[in-house]
Amino acid sequence: MSKKDLKLKIDELTSTLGVFRGLEIEVGRIHDGTWEEPMGPTPFPSVGTLRSWDRKLLERYKPFYMPFCDLCCLCTFGKCDLTGNKRGACGITMAGQQSRIVLIACCIGASTHTAHARHMLDHLLQEYGRDAPLEVALNTGVEAPNIRLVCGIRPKTLRDLEDALDYVETQLVQLVAATHTGQEGDNIDFESKAFHAGMLDHVAMEVADISQITTLSLPKGEAEAPMTELGYGSIDATKPVIMCIGHNVLPSVDIIDYLMENNLFGEVEIGGLCCTAHDMSRYDKRSKVIGPISWQLRFIRAGIPDLIVVDEQCLRTDVMIEARKLGVPVIATSEKSCLGLADRTHDDPDTIVGDMTTGAVDGVLILDPRKVGEVSVKTVIGVAKKREGKKRFNIEEISELANSCRACMECVHACPNNLPIVDAMQSAKEGDYTQLAALNDLCVGCARCESACPVELPIISMISKANEDANIHEVFPMRVGRGAIQDTEIREVGQPIVFGEIPGVVAIVGCANYPAGGDDVARMAEEFLKRRFIVLTSGCSAMNIAMTKDEDGLNLYEKYPGHFDAGGLVNVGSCVANSHITGAAIKIANIFAKRSLRGNYEEIADYIYNRVGAVGLAWGAMSQKAASIAAGCWRLGIPVVVGPHGAKYRRMLLGRSDKEEDWTVFNARDGEEVYVGPAPEHLFYAAETVEEALVMIAKLSMRPNDTNKGRAVKLSHYIDLHKTHYGSMPDDLHLYVRRPQDIPFTMKDEIVKILEEAGWVEDKISIPDPTLLDRMVRRRG
Amino acid sequence: MSAKTVLGQTAEIAGPKKAFIIPKPEVAAAMIKRAKRPLLVVGAEAPKMETKDGDLIDTAIKVSRGGISVVATGHMVGEFRRRGSEVHSMPLMNLGDRLRDPEWMGLDGKGRYDLAVFVGFSYYLEWLVQNGLKSFAQDLTMISLSRSYQPNAGWSLGSMKAEEWKEVIDVIVESIREGN
Repeated sequence: MSKKDLKLKIDELTSTLGVFRGLEIEVGRIHDGTWEEPMGPTPFPSVGTLRSWDRKLLERYKPFYMPFCDLCCLCTFGKCDLTGNKRGACGITMAGQQSRIVLIACCIGASTHTAHARHMLDHLLQEYGRDAPLEVALNTGVEAPNIRLVCGIRPKTLRDLEDALDYVETQLVQLVAATHTGQEGDNIDFESKAFHAGMLDHVAMEVADISQITTLSLPKGEAEAPMTELGYGSIDATKPVIMCIGHNVLPSVDIIDYLMENNLFGEVEIGGLCCTAHDMSRYDKRSKVIGPISWQLRFIRAGIPDLIVVDEQCLRTDVMIEARKLGVPVIATSEKSCLGLADRTHDDPDTIVGDMTTGAVDGVLILDPRKVGEVSVKTVIGVAKKREGKKRFNIEEISELANSCRACMECVHACPNNLPIVDAMQSAKEGDYTQLAALNDLCVGCARCESACPVELPIISMISKANEDANIHEVFPMRVGRGAIQDTEIREVGQPIVFGEIPGVVAIVGCANYPAGGDDVARMAEEFLKRRFIVLTSGCSAMNIAMTKDEDGLNLYEKYPGHFDAGGLVNVGSCVANSHITGAAIKIANIFAKRSLRGNYEEIADYIYNRVGAVGLAWGAMSQKAASIAAGCWRLGIPVVVGPHGAKYRRMLLGRSDKEEDWTVFNARDGEEVYVGPAPEHLFYAAETVEEALVMIAKLSMRPNDTNKGRAVKLSHYIDLHKTHYGSMPDDLHLYVRRPQDIPFTMKDEIVKILEEAGWVEDKISIPDPTLLDRMVRRRG
Repeated sequence: MSAKTVLGQTAEIAGPKKAFIIPKPEVAAAMIKRAKRPLLVVGAEAPKMETKDGDLIDTAIKVSRGGISVVATGHMVGEFRRRGSEVHSMPLMNLGDRLRDPEWMGLDGKGRYDLAVFVGFSYYLEWLVQNGLKSFAQDLTMISLSRSYQPNAGWSLGSMKAEEWKEVIDVIVESIREGN
C-alpha cells in the first residue's frame, strides 16, 4: 500500500448506528490483505534506512579512488584543488569529492531509467487503463521481485506500479540534494547513497520493463524466444528504411503498428540501434536490430536510413548535424531530447509529412507516439523516393582523402583506445585499405578522431567504407530478449546455484565502450557457457555476443539454449530488463530458500551475498546508467567486473584478501563469528585484460555457503583458467580450500602440495550458515 | 631527450600537481638505484611495445635479473613464465589498493615500496591509477616510463617517438645494471 494512503482498522466501534466489529476503512489504494508474507523491517526504505548494511559491505570493500579530475568545479567558491590532503572551500576532501561524483553518476543513471519508466507507465496507463493486470512471465507468481523487496508491495495492476515509481522519484530527489555543496561530507556515506540510487534504479527498471511486457505482449520469459536478425545486412536498403535510436520503445511500437495496420510491413524496413532495437524485436521479431550503440554514426553515414526516429538515452547529440548532411529527416519523440526541433505534436500529420518530404524542415518534435507512427511511415516512403541512389557512403576515394593526412597524431591522441589511425592512413595513401578496415571492429564509433583532425578527414566514414563489403553483408541471428526468469526455472536451479554445483551466474551487460572490440565479449561469454555457467545478457553486450561466428558459421545464440540453467545463454532484453537479472537472484532467496521478500532488503541481500555465485560483467560500460545498475548489484552483494575503461568510474570497491579480520561472518546456527575467506574478494573491479577478467570472474563466483562439491567445481574452473592464462596454479588456494573435500579430485596431489607450502590448516576456513546480520542468528552458542 | 609534455590522450589533462620531466635517462636510473625498495610495475601492453631487447617483457626480465622486484599486472605473468622468468603477479587494481596502504609489506613481505616504476600500460589506465596514488599514497615516489608524458606520476619521461623511446629505455636499463 502506498504510504500516502490511509488504512484504519478498528476491533470494535460503538456508534449511534450500532456496534461494528473488525471494521477496516481504507482511503486510496486497496490494501493487499491476501498476501500472507509478513511485512519486513524496511518497506520503502529512506536514504539512511539501509546505511548499516551498506557500511558492512563498505568495511570489507573499501573504496579505492582514482580521481578523473583533481578539482571540484561545482560551486562559485571553486575551482578547488583537492589533490592530496587539500580540502575544498566547503571542506570536502578528495575522497569525499570522488564519492560525491560517483553518487551524482548513479543519480543520473537511476533518474534516466526512472524518467523512462514514468513516461512508459503514464502512457500505458492512458492506453490500457489503471486496472490492466500485470502478466509478466509464464509460470511465475513473483512478478516483481525488486518492487516486492524494496517497497514491500505486490503489484497486481498497472496502477500499483505508480506507488513504486512515486517512491523512487521521491528518494532520488533526496539523493541529488545530498550532493549539494555543504551537505554530505563523508565519503562512505556518499557511497551508501550511491548504493541507494542503484537499488532505486532496479525498481524503476522493473517498473519500465514489466509494464511494457504486460501491455505490449513482449515475450513472457520464454526460454526459446524468437530469433531476429542483427547487422547491416539484415536491412534491405532497397526499401524505405526507418532507423530508430534510443531506449524507449513507445514511438517505435506505433510505427510498427501503423505498418501492420496498413499492410506496409513488407514494403518498409524498420531497424533499431541500442536498446530500442531490443524492445522493437521483442514487440515484433520482424523489426531488425542494426547493432549496438557504437554503430550509430557508421550506420547513419552509410546513408542507408531514409528517416531517423530518436527517442531517449545514448543518442548521439549531433544526430541532426549528421542527418542534415545526408538529407535524412529526423523525428524526435521525447521531451528529454528535443534536439532544437519545433514541436509539431498538435499539427496535422499530413502537413508534417509534407514539410519533411519536401525538405522544408529537417526534423520535427512529435510527443504523441501514435502520430509518430503515422508521420514516420508516410515520411519515409516519400523521402526514400528522393534518396534513391544515395544509399552509400558519400565520400571521395579513400586514398585521395588519406593523402591530406599530415600524420600529426591528433586523431590517435583523441581516440579512447589510441588506435593506430595514422598508420592506417599512411597505408591508405598507397591504396592499401586493409589497416583501415581492420579498425572497423576495434572502433567504438565516438568520432573524437574527426573532431581532432586539423584537415577534417571523415575518419569514421573512411574506416566504414574500407570495410563496407564486409559490413553490408553481415547478418547475425539473435534471440530476442525474453524478459523475466520464470519461477519454475528458479525452482530447478536454485539448489545447484546456492550449493555451488552450477559454478556461477555471469551477467554480461552494458555498453559497447570496449578496449579492443566486441569480439571479446562473445569470447568471454563462450568461455563461461562451455564451463556450464548460466550466462545472462542484455543491451549492447547481448548484440555483440551475436556478432561472432565459429568456423561452422554459427554464433552463440545458435549454439546455446536460452534457458536459465547451466550452459544457457539468456538474453533478457534491453537496459531496463537488467532488473530481471537482479530479480532472478532475489527470487532464488524467495522461491528456493523461502525467505520473505516483502520489505526485507537486508536479509535478502545478505542471502544473495553469501550464497548466490552471481557476478556482473560490464566490459564496455560507458554510461551513468551502467554505474547505477552496478550500484544496485553492489547493494545486493553481487560483484561487478568492468573493462579497463570502467576504471574511469573513478573508484573501485576492493577487498583485501590478505586481511583475515575482514572476512568473518556470523554462523547463524550459533552466533559464532568465523573466518570464511575472501569470497567474494571484490565488489567492483576493473580488469586490465580479458584473461584477467575471466580468472577473476571464476574466483568471484565463490561464496561462503558453497558445499564441498560446489567449492570443488568452482575451484576447478578458477584453477583451470588461471593455469591457462597465468601459466601456473593460483597462489591463493589456501584462502579458498576449506577442507580436503573442497579440492578438485583430479588436481588433488598438486593442490595438497601447494597447501602444505602455504601452511594451510584444515577447518581454519569455516563452512557456516553465513550471515553478516547479527539479527539472523537463530541461537546463541 | 624529449621534454615534451604532450599527453598520450588529448583530454587527460592533469590537475595542479604534475609530474616532473625526467631530463635524461641516467636520472631515472639513478632514482631507481637510489631507492631502498623499488618496484617495476609492468602492464598488459608490454608485449606490444618493442625495445632493443625484443619487447618490454624481455626488458623487464633483464631488469628483474638485475635484482629489482618486478610485478606483472593483468595476465602478463604468463608471458614472463613462457619466457622462463618468474616475477610477481598482481592485478593492477589490487596493486594500487595495496600501494596506498602504509602497512602493506610488499609482494615479498619485506617492507613497503618507496618507488614504483610504471611501464607498459594503456595511457588512461596508468593515468588513473597514478592519480589515485598521487593523492592517497603521497609518500610513494612514482616514475612513469611511458612513451607519452604521464602527468600524475612524480617523474615521467617526456613524450617521444618510438625509436627515441627504445634508446632511452635501453640506457635506463643498462645504467641500472652497471650499478649492480
